[in-house]
Amino acid sequence: MRGKSGLKGFLKKLHKYRVYLLMLAPAVIYTLIFAYYPMTGIVMAFKKYNYAGGIWGSPWNGFENFKFFFKSGQAGMVTRNTVLYNIAFILLGTFTQVAVAVFLTEIHGKKFRKISQSMMFLPYFISWVIVGVMAFNIFSSDYGFLNRIITSLGGEKIAFYTTPKAWPFILIFFNIWKGVGYGSVMYLAAIMGIDTSIYEAAEIDGANVFQRITKVTVPMIMPTMIILLLMSVGGIFKGNFDLFYNLVGNNGLLYNYTDVIDTLAMRALISSNDFGMSAAIGLFQSVLCLLTVTIVNKLVSMYDREYALF
Amino acid sequence: MDKNTVYLGKVKKGKDVIVLYIIAYAFTGLLALICLVPFLMVLSGSFSSEAAITANGFSLLPQDFSLEAYRTVFKEPMVVVRAYATTIILTAAGTGIGLLVQTMTAYVLSRKDFEWRNDFSFFFYFTTLFSGGLVPTFILYTQTLNLQDSYFALLLPLVFSVYNLLVMKSYITAIPDSLVESARIDGCGEIRTLFQIVFPLIKPALATVGLFIALAYWNDWYNAMLYIKSDTKYPLQYFLYQQVNNIETYKKLISSNAISGAVVSSMSLPTQTLKMALTIVVTGPIILAFPFVQKYFVQGITIGAVKG
Repeated sequence: MRGKSGLKGFLKKLHKYRVYLLMLAPAVIYTLIFAYYPMTGIVMAFKKYNYAGGIWGSPWNGFENFKFFFKSGQAGMVTRNTVLYNIAFILLGTFTQVAVAVFLTEIHGKKFRKISQSMMFLPYFISWVIVGVMAFNIFSSDYGFLNRIITSLGGEKIAFYTTPKAWPFILIFFNIWKGVGYGSVMYLAAIMGIDTSIYEAAEIDGANVFQRITKVTVPMIMPTMIILLLMSVGGIFKGNFDLFYNLVGNNGLLYNYTDVIDTLAMRALISSNDFGMSAAIGLFQSVLCLLTVTIVNKLVSMYDREYALF
Repeated sequence: MDKNTVYLGKVKKGKDVIVLYIIAYAFTGLLALICLVPFLMVLSGSFSSEAAITANGFSLLPQDFSLEAYRTVFKEPMVVVRAYATTIILTAAGTGIGLLVQTMTAYVLSRKDFEWRNDFSFFFYFTTLFSGGLVPTFILYTQTLNLQDSYFALLLPLVFSVYNLLVMKSYITAIPDSLVESARIDGCGEIRTLFQIVFPLIKPALATVGLFIALAYWNDWYNAMLYIKSDTKYPLQYFLYQQVNNIETYKKLISSNAISGAVVSSMSLPTQTLKMALTIVVTGPIILAFPFVQKYFVQGITIGAVKG
């Protein structure tokens, strides 16, 4: 903290700001306990945890936890899955959301626009637990809607819950499904902010509607797109735990295609009670996240200083 | 009519416009339907007879219309009611406390006469960049604070979020300084300024951020999975998760507690349709509330997108 003249100035300000500081106190104490204090717990990644010793009393074991995580081959697999899924979510998600926003602004039927937007927004409101039930409803081997269609067309039932290769499609589908309403609202806001005189000028210049979209709308919302894209790239090592856990759960048959860093860390903690390894996985992920966010932020600030996060 | 133009309404439209209309209506219409269909299928599954689902699988429309599944859910209504009560109380308390804390914090961080505002902003912001992760947080709750199986383990994790703080801050920053200053000159203290000048001015923000917090509590199942062991303390979503994934246990619970008095074998109860009916019972209220709250969420997302 920058006091004006050392301690005395600092104390004076402390007095001057006492009401502000009082108002900040609950949030500051909360953040210290629930965000900063757990950061010290990363030492657990280097310890052989036992319940009696706790975080500080358990013996050190160097990089044993990491060694196990990396040697078992799981590190590579879950990192690859996490990154590939996120790339698919980001690219296909952004494409769908932008397309919806662009088309919604071109549609002049007010009722149609309102109703279809509401329908697309609906999935945002429900919990992932419910999405898990819906996935079962559609993909269940014995009762699933999709198998009903397949068999009625004369095909053989597909046992989706034992077919790993089907899951990238299912997971990507539901991720886009749940996020399209939310995401398109952001792009709609960006499109609404475009100066209408640009459209008028384009029309006078003889642009047809497709040129209007590709030459005006899309370039004008490009900054928003790039910022949002970069921000999601910052979280590329974060798996969407809710999605994977509710749709796949503890179905070991599918892990090769569905296990992400977050689900592995959770299983290490809950199922095998291996606190040390789970902490090691968590630290591995936190460090990767911090690195990518820092790099991405650098890129954003190179692109436009205004949008830099810090 | 000209060969290349079609009249739509009053304005002359080129063929390109018609083509775009077709693509736009088809794309958004189809996508909107895809968004709705899973809801309809759960609904129709819940109103079907178990025999029909076992034979044919789930479908878009109810097969052999039946209320059997709902009757089964309400054979033992108290377990659902209890989960509802837990979630409603948690949501109300969490939203109230969360709004108060977030508004106070956002107000101070937006005061230009507070020299340390950037230091504190970074103090909060940094926690979104780096975190201790799952295990240290788990140990904090279960051992350091000893909150295993306590409602506080459901209340505390969601009460404060930096994202909501940022949304709130951008609303408060938009209030003209002169309003706050003139209140100050009239001898109004900080706390009174906040409650009597700022609060009334940010009613839409309170609604928006409040609803974001409320939705997070309503849909939370994660913290219950980590910290709650007794099934009587499950909040709604985790209750649903447990029953759907252990449907046989749920059926046994229903059959052993049946109020009717008659002994029901759990074998005779529906399984697949029961899952769907329970999902509808849990989802219903949020779908009904949806039309009234949607606009506040749209507002919040728009603000978040601009200022994020």
